[in-house]
Amino acid sequence: MSARERDVVVVGAGVVGAAIARELTRFALDVVLLEAGPDVGAGTSKANTALLHTGFDAKPGTLEARLVRRGCELLGAYAARVGIPVQRTGALLVAWDDEQLAALPGIAATARENGHDDLREVAAAELSAREPHLGPGARGALEVPGESIVCPFTPPLAFATEAVLAGCELRRETPVVGVERLMRGGYAVHVPGGPIRTRFLVNAAGLRSDEIHRMAGFGGFTVTPRRGELIVFDKLARPLVSHILLAVPTQTTKGVLISPTVFGNVMLGPTADDLEDKTATGSTREGLARLRAEAARIMPALLDHEVTAVYAGLRAATEHVDYRIEVDGDAGYACAGGIRSTGLSASMAIAEHVREQLGAAGLALAPRPESELPALRMPNLGEAFPRPYAQAERIAADPEYGRVVCFCERVTRGEVRDALASPIPPSDLDGLRRRTRALMGRCQGFACGANVAALLESGRV
Amino acid sequence: MTGPVVVVGAGPAGLAAAIALRGRGVADVIVLEREREAGGIPRHADHRGFGARDLRRLLSGPAYARRYAELARAAGAEIRTEATVTGWTVDGALEVTAPEGRATIAAATVVLATGCRERPRAARLVPGSRPEGVMTTSTLQQLVHLQHRRVGTRAVVAGAEHVSFSAVATLAESGAETVAIVTEAPRHQSFAAFRAGATLRYRAPLHTRTRIAAIHGRGRVEAVDLEDVDTGATRRVACDTVVFTADWIPEHELAVLGGVALDPGTRGPVVDTALRTSRRGVFAAGNLDHGAEAADVAALGGRHAGGAAAAFLTDGAWPARVPVEVAPPLHWIAPNAIAPPAGPPPRGRFALRAHAFLRAPTIGVAQDGRTLWRGRLRALQPGRSATLPAGWVAAVDPAGGPIRVRVLAARTRE
Repeated sequence: MSARERDVVVVGAGVVGAAIARELTRFALDVVLLEAGPDVGAGTSKANTALLHTGFDAKPGTLEARLVRRGCELLGAYAARVGIPVQRTGALLVAWDDEQLAALPGIAATARENGHDDLREVAAAELSAREPHLGPGARGALEVPGESIVCPFTPPLAFATEAVLAGCELRRETPVVGVERLMRGGYAVHVPGGPIRTRFLVNAAGLRSDEIHRMAGFGGFTVTPRRGELIVFDKLARPLVSHILLAVPTQTTKGVLISPTVFGNVMLGPTADDLEDKTATGSTREGLARLRAEAARIMPALLDHEVTAVYAGLRAATEHVDYRIEVDGDAGYACAGGIRSTGLSASMAIAEHVREQLGAAGLALAPRPESELPALRMPNLGEAFPRPYAQAERIAADPEYGRVVCFCERVTRGEVRDALASPIPPSDLDGLRRRTRALMGRCQGFACGANVAALLESGRV
Repeated sequence: MTGPVVVVGAGPAGLAAAIALRGRGVADVIVLEREREAGGIPRHADHRGFGARDLRRLLSGPAYARRYAELARAAGAEIRTEATVTGWTVDGALEVTAPEGRATIAAATVVLATGCRERPRAARLVPGSRPEGVMTTSTLQQLVHLQHRRVGTRAVVAGAEHVSFSAVATLAESGAETVAIVTEAPRHQSFAAFRAGATLRYRAPLHTRTRIAAIHGRGRVEAVDLEDVDTGATRRVACDTVVFTADWIPEHELAVLGGVALDPGTRGPVVDTALRTSRRGVFAAGNLDHGAEAADVAALGGRHAGGAAAAFLTDGAWPARVPVEVAPPLHWIAPNAIAPPAGPPPRGRFALRAHAFLRAPTIGVAQDGRTLWRGRLRALQPGRSATLPAGWVAAVDPAGGPIRVRVLAARTRE
């Protein structure tokens, strides 16, 4: 066992774990961030609905309601600072029948309880004027002005990059195989290559958070993966939709939504199917057929457009309604589990909450001087601001930003080079895609797949 | 009209257009190509059979691509590579990104020759996981012929058109065995010799009425489920590579961004017999108009558009047009508009496609109930064009309604 005792080991470099690692490295702490998968944000965090929720529809009084609201503010401000694409499109929660129409005032009342007073009912005529491509039969809507679309890939990378630049040790492809609580306090976290000794252990293992929880000697929840399948439509469909179009929720799901993306596409989804297999991230014919049937009702014109991508993500649902965020001060253990579909929105608030709880549990939190902390600026992947290919000055200063390698997404060689030289370089094509958008477009590599693969390989040398 | 003539895309169609423009004495012809080399798809289609109908010789794809680039340069066209056209300004100029800088080019005339692509796996809604090892023919050819890399050992090929058998050959060259060629159609859509070659030379079994129901694997492809579309029976086939072939769609984004109207069948611009689009001063040629024809057919379209663009610089004519519409089981016709006084289309004929396999179909062309042409073709089949004679275009009434092309009688082949 390594002689060095760490202050905190964070298990899981999804958006929540990365946010916690970042939050802790704001203080004079020795932090290790462990990720079982090949990359930061490569599990559930890469396959969400890419929305920055206000939390208007959360169950009032829950931790989730509070943390989503706070997290939305924190991530909104952080995004502006480090360059994470966010567009405040607002949402329209559309009612399609009498029952749904009658549910809208109740949803608005819930929102008020959650501190959101700006919701407003929109009549059918106004709705069809604002979203002219909605299918026939939309009866009215509730407008939620604060709901935003966000790049799902940049936040975990930004958090982890800041953490790493501030001294956090990130280990990818490092699954935790055992957790040993030591007699003198703290833990030995068993990973391939030898155990890591730590005073505090933070479990942000997402789908596997229940397993880590049990390894650490706790119980009380089980993760049941809830699969959500999504379809991304071609950029030429983008003019069809202006807002996030939400469904009136049911007991089990928030329903299928249609939303613009910050990359300029249109997204349709998600489905919601409870599974047992935590690795079942494949799409299904039934799921895709269900989504297309929903689109035929909500926005038929969408189906005339080409499909660019299909993916599925697994929400880490538990038997509990609320998040499973627990801190055991005596044990030096924190768990941030059961975070289903609001993890991205709440991530920074979850991190803040966990840090406060750990502080109360005896983790010394001496703030580090600002001068030690990096001023991070992430590459802009969104369409709301000019990207390198459209920036004359940038190309003049560095012609590599004028060499487009992925034509559909207009990703330049300069951006690929930057990603390969970044503090957390991609280890595979999927990682490069999340950092640059290369291969994310309509041709899915028809034109550039071989060239991009060669660039990745050359950058690995 | 001032400024250069800009051709977007240096594949066979774009280069042939540039050559034709220079041949008609147009001084300033610029070809913008986003790739590092001119030549288009044939650059990596490393097999023989290119150039029969346009250059009157048989070349390999790469040799054909080089030859066209040489001819265009020799003709005095300026080819700019690594120059990506990303859109249009409000004034109609082209926005271009290149290592030399971000620029706008105000063109006197634009010829769009942006080609087409194969629909990738996602666009075909093939479910399952998303491992590496899933690609289109183009990616496969670039990996093997341009980068000399190995792609895998056991491949399943989706599609049974010419390009699908070309993919089988490329896989074999890279050391990969094709364990199945699958098509939902009742038969392959290529030459008998290609299909026989796949069986005899590469021992690649063809499964008709079969589709890929799911892809499995984490990290790398491990297997696919093949489903009999008639019985629903499914079996798992181990493989590490899946190649999605054919199912072409025009690369029409730049056209759409420029406000050019698309044909619902071809999904390319609506073009008249002079390959004029709905936007004055903008022509469209090659496989942007009809995904996909052979390279020489695309080039002859480019040559045709180049000549028409040169004529437009002189006469400025952009006549009103009458649409040409097809009814099922026809899929599309190209060109798909008539702008009287109309000349003949490229190669003096229309390309016609069907969704179904039809033997000896009788085709009727009519305007407002008046028959313009009626005749029998040998056969129609998905993925391959039949040609329709064009003598009737002179009889189109410019003030009349749409021209309707229908199958009047046919035997279906099963």
